[in-house]
Amino acid sequence: MDANKRTFYSIPYMLWIGLFVVAPILLVVYYSFFDLNGNFTFANYQNFFTPVYLMMTLSSFWYAFLITFFCLVIAYPAAYFITQSKFKQILLLLIILPSWVNLLLKAYAFLGIFSTYGAANSFLKTIGIGSKQILFTDFSFVFVSVYIFIPFMVLPIFNALDKLNPALVYASRDLGASSWMTFLKVIFPLTSSGVKAGVQAVFIPALSLFMITRLIAGNRVITLGTAIEQHFLVTQDWGMGATIAVFLILIMVIIMIVTGTRKKGVL
Amino acid sequence: MKKLMQALVAVFLISFLLLYVVDRLNASSGQTEGSTLTVYNWGDYIDAELIDRFEKETGVKVIYETFDSNEAMMTKIEQGGTTYDVAVPSEYTIEKMRDQDLLYPINHSKVPNLKYIDDRFMDLSFDRGNKYSIPYFWGTVGILYNTDEVNGEITAWNDLWKPEFRNKILMIDGAREVMGMGLNSLGYSLNDTNEAHLQEAKAKLDELTPNIKAIVGDEIRMLMGNDEASIGLVWSGTASELMGTKDNLEYVVPEEGSNLWFDNMVIPKTAKNIEAAHAFINFMLDPEVAAQNTEYVGYSTPNKKALEFMPKEMVEDKRFYPPAHMTERLEVYENLGPEMLARYNELFLKFKMHRK
Repeated sequence: MDANKRTFYSIPYMLWIGLFVVAPILLVVYYSFFDLNGNFTFANYQNFFTPVYLMMTLSSFWYAFLITFFCLVIAYPAAYFITQSKFKQILLLLIILPSWVNLLLKAYAFLGIFSTYGAANSFLKTIGIGSKQILFTDFSFVFVSVYIFIPFMVLPIFNALDKLNPALVYASRDLGASSWMTFLKVIFPLTSSGVKAGVQAVFIPALSLFMITRLIAGNRVITLGTAIEQHFLVTQDWGMGATIAVFLILIMVIIMIVTGTRKKGVL
Repeated sequence: MKKLMQALVAVFLISFLLLYVVDRLNASSGQTEGSTLTVYNWGDYIDAELIDRFEKETGVKVIYETFDSNEAMMTKIEQGGTTYDVAVPSEYTIEKMRDQDLLYPINHSKVPNLKYIDDRFMDLSFDRGNKYSIPYFWGTVGILYNTDEVNGEITAWNDLWKPEFRNKILMIDGAREVMGMGLNSLGYSLNDTNEAHLQEAKAKLDELTPNIKAIVGDEIRMLMGNDEASIGLVWSGTASELMGTKDNLEYVVPEEGSNLWFDNMVIPKTAKNIEAAHAFINFMLDPEVAAQNTEYVGYSTPNKKALEFMPKEMVEDKRFYPPAHMTERLEVYENLGPEMLARYNELFLKFKMHRK
């Protein structure tokens, strides 16, 4: 391919990235330097380092960590099970299927299931535990988020496990390694790229969740996403909303870099 | 490659055919391009049957879109983009929109049904002479509670702080509503801008945290309907709608005072079909139409004549049609300006982050 052709083919990509990735980020950064009256200011950044927003950042991190952790704990064995199964494609499809349903619809369904007189509580009653408050708790928030994000964790791990050459596992066992040792020294390192991709795909969106903080957690969980939504739609303080978004972008970049470099370290 | 081309051609042909069919269908139902009307209203705030009736009567096709907060609506109108012909903001937003030159004046001669509106709801402080806005609904903010679960009566905001209501209260996710309740419970105005008073109100709200089960949006209707909580801070329309289906609910406007609000129809600057917009506003003011709409929506109608077409028990219900002497202790939200609004929201955000 000569240089001319190459530039020609790169036009759609460049246009796309320029219009929908670079320009919006620049706009976000630009807006973050203005106050309510449209005056240039650094006050938004000072404001971010007050206890309110720092606490919010911490709690966003904590919940995103919990969500990612539980996703991983469930997704890794699940992905392993799927690769070993005869019905790989169907099982995988079943995992992906719920992600085709609108997020809000799923959240509303959980409102019904977890409510005081909902299915979950009827079940708890029949098995003798008795009615509990499930909705509007940390538990329900993490549970629903994990449910929503799990396909994004299963898919990359499944791909990595599927590509793993079984001969390596047999070799490890032949050479006397226990199953645990084989997993620790052979399977996991070779699939860590999938785990990283999954962690990125879950942790980053989990940081900025906002709708289900209200629907499922009843605003008992406040994340940075909630604050951005409020600043843009209610307060109309676009500057502050943009500032929080800038920090979210920064945090995401850091996560990408950190999870990216480790790849070289392990192998 | 040939197959691909054939497929592409087929897709195009089918698309054009469909477009043509849609066009013919529109034409046969008397709807031609140019006579569309875009209405921007709160969710579930009109009887959809009436839209059909308006379309049939006038031949204007109505595009109906909804919003869930005044602020979100105003942001969209400010940005332009969609040609909203009629919108239904609340009073303080009308003031803001007028100040930012986002509204067209309304030609009263094209809205003859305006004469049916009760004088009580005309010429109010946010729009003198109703130059820009025509009353649609009005109502209050109050407490909805389950009489099976709550012993005795609730009459005041301060009753909510009782320890027996632990984890039983649902609140609306609105800074003005919740901060207003805090201010009212202390005896201050819900338009108070005194920093000390605001801090005091926020501290008082923090003490309420153990009693609050959740702070939610429109879902509050569904949640209260499912007995998810026994007490809810709601708008009067939500209350009346739920009370229509459940006998064990009671609504009260707290004695310390509360919010009295008005939602009015306006013609925003994004409007293209101003003629149809006037026709629509006039249509909604028709007493029979207003009565049907009110029965569906459940809020209180400002239309005096419409009351005659409505069931007696609905009209005489003092909880939803409080007489003038009762509404006197209620306050209308004033436009406090962006700085103050930001302050209210910041305090509200802090209150939400306050853990049990």
